[in-house]
Amino acid sequence: MTRKYTPEHEWLEIEGDIATVGITNYAQTALGDVVFVDLPAIGRTVKAKQETAVVESVKAASDVYAPVSGTVTEVNTVLGADPGLVNRDPEASGWFFKLKLADTTELASLLDEAAYNAHLKGL
Amino acid sequence: MRYLPLTDTDRREMCAAIGVPAVDALYADVPAPARLPGPIAGLPLAMSEMEVEAHIQQLAAANSSPSAQPSFLGAGAYRHHIPASVDALIQRGEFLTSYTPYQPEISQGTLQALFEFQSMVCALTGMEVANASMYDGATAAAEAVAMACRVTGRKTALISGGVHPHYREVIATQTHWTAHTAILAAPDAHDREDLTAQIDDSVACVVVQTPSFFGHLRDYTALAAACHAKGALLIIAFTEAVSLGLLTPPGDMGADIVVGEGQSLGVPTSFGGPHVGLFATRDKYIRQMPGRLCGETVDASGKRGFVLTLSTREQHIRREKATSNICTNSGLCALAFSIHLALLGEHGMMKLAQLNHAKACQLAAKLESTPGLRIINHSFFNELTVDLGRPAAALVEKLAAHNILAGVPVSRLYPGVTEFENLLLITATELTSEADMDKLAKALA
Repeated sequence: MTRKYTPEHEWLEIEGDIATVGITNYAQTALGDVVFVDLPAIGRTVKAKQETAVVESVKAASDVYAPVSGTVTEVNTVLGADPGLVNRDPEASGWFFKLKLADTTELASLLDEAAYNAHLKGL
Repeated sequence: MRYLPLTDTDRREMCAAIGVPAVDALYADVPAPARLPGPIAGLPLAMSEMEVEAHIQQLAAANSSPSAQPSFLGAGAYRHHIPASVDALIQRGEFLTSYTPYQPEISQGTLQALFEFQSMVCALTGMEVANASMYDGATAAAEAVAMACRVTGRKTALISGGVHPHYREVIATQTHWTAHTAILAAPDAHDREDLTAQIDDSVACVVVQTPSFFGHLRDYTALAAACHAKGALLIIAFTEAVSLGLLTPPGDMGADIVVGEGQSLGVPTSFGGPHVGLFATRDKYIRQMPGRLCGETVDASGKRGFVLTLSTREQHIRREKATSNICTNSGLCALAFSIHLALLGEHGMMKLAQLNHAKACQLAAKLESTPGLRIINHSFFNELTVDLGRPAAALVEKLAAHNILAGVPVSRLYPGVTEFENLLLITATELTSEADMDKLAKALA
């Protein structure tokens, strides 16, 4: 398993050709209390950097992008009843959706943990 | 706040700073035919206060007021008795001058009124959630179509021929510019329409109305099932809110969105507005709703309070991804609606609706015994369509000259349609006296 990040504060955990996507701890702290997550339809095909989900906090509504191209295979239905899980456990059980990767070469352009942490220091 | 207009010197300095010779130069990109070449011809430039008063009085005297003569006008705007307390209460400064209640700490009165309005709209329509109102019934209908397209991911709306022609036009205008398609069914004067066969997998919604524009009452339970079987939403519209005191609520028929005009309660008929649009839907679609929504909550010390909620749907937060570009509501008209309905109460609303229907039945009986007239409705609430056997528009003009407002000729809304030329929409409300009815029947004989 490999963990990657985007400068837009999404993380993805890659296992075979499936990537699990969520938002980082930094993102959930910046958003504040999450009150709603709008998840994509299963089977939807998305391109890298395309808006795929929406996360609403008491402060704002923000788009969550697909870090890489692929097809949505699963969504975290627990978030429907418990959106606060994104705040409590953003980088594990608070995941948003899973993608079946369309092009694994796209992964090369993503950040690893050290690069993401360096990116955060620069903000 | 002081208003400080710019001086000619200010203007010259600003034009010099940006390098244009004069303000007019900024309009160079507007095509010349669209620009005003000079003063509007015939518009007087200035009058004294006394002259203005005299002029306006003269204009007002030319008006023909429905309350000064027998009036059977309707077709989307209905004259009802408005209790004097409605006007007295809405003119309180706290309500009359208040702006959008963004700050709950200083807006509890306005917010509670909106919350109660929403609760009343839910109770009337049989729906689960209502917004804080739209501009009018027509724009509410157009918003409902846009919402159905968002919910279903489809682009086509089927619009019944029983829907008010103004609502159909507003829907057609909006769908044109949102790249959706509105299929307008033929106007359904005789209540023969069945849209079931036209509902397929591409249809986002079907929009119907009861009582229809021509006054017919319809049970849409089967149509709701037909829509849902194809994954489409059913939108039920109404133009006469008083009918909801007696008729099966649209929500009970299976409507997914209910839209309508609330003018009948608390708002006078005045040159087409201001009106108040009602908009209600199911809980599961709440995040796709347009418009303001007021919610009940508790404050830090556990006391009940009200706030605008789910604002992330709205333009001031979501910008171009908002569910609608409406960033307001018809607050004062919604308040008038709420006060009127609260004064009536549930029982009073039912009695008012019964009285309206009874008056219409009485009128229908008189018209039926008038030679040469034919009522085309098999069902109606307080408005019906009469075939006069001769052109309606000319007769209406003639009777207006004799101080009888006989109704709205269908040709006024569907001009140039031969089969509608003789049709007249006639409305009776609690304000219609038997003497008024007798005058009309005699005049139409």
